[in-house]
Amino acid sequence: MRLVIVGASLSGLRAAQAARRAGHEGELIVIGAEPHLPYTRPPLSKELLQGRQEIEDSALPVDELDVQWRLATEATGLDRARRRIRLHDGDEEHYDRLIVATGCRARRFDGPGAQLDGVHTLRTLEDAIALRAALKDTRRLLVVGAGFIGCEVAASARSLGVEVTMIDIASHPLLPFGPVLGERWAAMHRDHGIELRLGVGLAELLSDDDDQRVTGARLSDGTSLQADTVLIALGAMLNTEWLTGSGLELDPGVACDPTLTCTRDPEILAAGDIASVPAALAGGARVRVEHWTTAAEHGQLAGRNALVAHDERTAHTAPPYFWTDQYDAKIQALGCPALAEHSELLELAPDGGRFVAACVQGRLVVGVVAVNAARRLAWYRRALQTPRPLAELKEALAQEDATLGSPVGATP
Amino acid sequence: MIKVHIDLNLCQSHGECVAIAPDLFQLDENDFISWQEEVDDSRRADLEAAVNTCPMTAIRIEG
Ligand SMILES: Cc1cc2nc3c(=O)[nH]c(=O)nc-3n(C[C@H](O)[C@H](O)[C@H](O)COP(=O)(O)OP(=O)(O)OC[C@H]3O[C@@H](n4cnc5c(N)ncnc54)[C@H](O)[C@@H]3O)c2cc1C
Ligand code: SF4
Repeated sequence: MRLVIVGASLSGLRAAQAARRAGHEGELIVIGAEPHLPYTRPPLSKELLQGRQEIEDSALPVDELDVQWRLATEATGLDRARRRIRLHDGDEEHYDRLIVATGCRARRFDGPGAQLDGVHTLRTLEDAIALRAALKDTRRLLVVGAGFIGCEVAASARSLGVEVTMIDIASHPLLPFGPVLGERWAAMHRDHGIELRLGVGLAELLSDDDDQRVTGARLSDGTSLQADTVLIALGAMLNTEWLTGSGLELDPGVACDPTLTCTRDPEILAAGDIASVPAALAGGARVRVEHWTTAAEHGQLAGRNALVAHDERTAHTAPPYFWTDQYDAKIQALGCPALAEHSELLELAPDGGRFVAACVQGRLVVGVVAVNAARRLAWYRRALQTPRPLAELKEALAQEDATLGSPVGATP
Repeated sequence: MIKVHIDLNLCQSHGECVAIAPDLFQLDENDFISWQEEVDDSRRADLEAAVNTCPMTAIRIEG
């Protein structure tokens, strides 16, 4: 059996490792557009940017894995009838089973001034190296978009002494942590000296310099500001173009059943940021999760499932887990906090710096957010194996004696 | 027996290992990791899952 994986990043690597461990003895080919062996992306906006880690440190251990790597090679098409993947150089690769793990790329600004020098996005190692070099000579950085990557880069740049303005069209930063905790994140960034402007978007990037370097920006409210480096952090776009015309269902992610098998082709599975998979916390609707741990879990499962017939494959059930590090806060989340209607503090340390909040939709806890409380989060992970009503979770919590402290009277 | 190492310079207390095998890995009140250093071969699958799911690739197994 010839197993081909397209996408040589986290989920592709984990799939290859899992397939070998599960006893795959046939050919194993991993095709990746980037020139590198797999590396891990989270440090790119954190340790690497802050100069606390070097480029080599982001490499993922590949061990003595028996894989045929086809790096710097882009898949450009898929012919399912002939089980062939078309490659950019005109070559083809035949598969018996295929795992699609082509993830995402950074969304770019497409308005006026987008092509100016000094305008960055952040997804790849090259992007991080370029941004790190640019920050050395930056007086004022403009961050467009206050999601994970925007907030992490803003925090890293502050730690390097750079002045930072961060804007977002939304009314608060870090939407994936749910609608209610946003005030906290806004305050955290302002306390660290970020000029945070919410409810306003980017209209145009400006240059008053003959070298076509960015020198500022005009915002959607008509105001202008100065910046010598700009990070566009407007989220991610799916790398699915090579699948158009293949007949696979795109929703717009690669539509899968719970075993990560593509809805229209049992010989093809998907993993990681690109996979759209039914989730219990979303009432069985398909969701895409753009987080590290899910990509690692998907890869491991897809690698095993690809070796067996469809009816012997197992389902992915773990709720999403994700984290971000900003300043001295490690923010961790479980489940789908973005689906919540309101949040409620469940635990609060006496010093106020550590807490756990439940994110609630209807009566059900659909997510948990914890700040500097890793041990407590491990308890919630066990308690929330299946969606539970808030009242029931609170009863279980009352039996626990190792909580951070009672949040009586405090609001999230 | 399988030997388990965690690089404490890398571990950032994500607790993935704790979620996968709470009897082998624990976080203390200060969120520091502790773990069983010698583990029976019957737990290989759990250990491999922990190695491959640790976001900091801090866990190494031998044997
Ligand atoms: C700067 C940054 C910081 C992050 N920090 C965190 C964090 O703190 N916590 C967290 O949970 N998550 C974080 N993430 C998200 C996490 O890194 C992703 O969820 C993870 O990388 C997804 O892995 P993947 O293998 O599915 O996709 P990707 O990592 O996107 O990899 C897809 C690979 O496929 C290749 N490819 C694409 N198209 C083709 C093609 N046609 N042919 C061949 N190859 C192709 C791409 O070049 C790429 O190498 C961060 C991401 C970034 C960019
Ligand atoms: S999963 Fe890794 S980072 Fe997390 S606690 Fe375990 S060893 Fe530490």
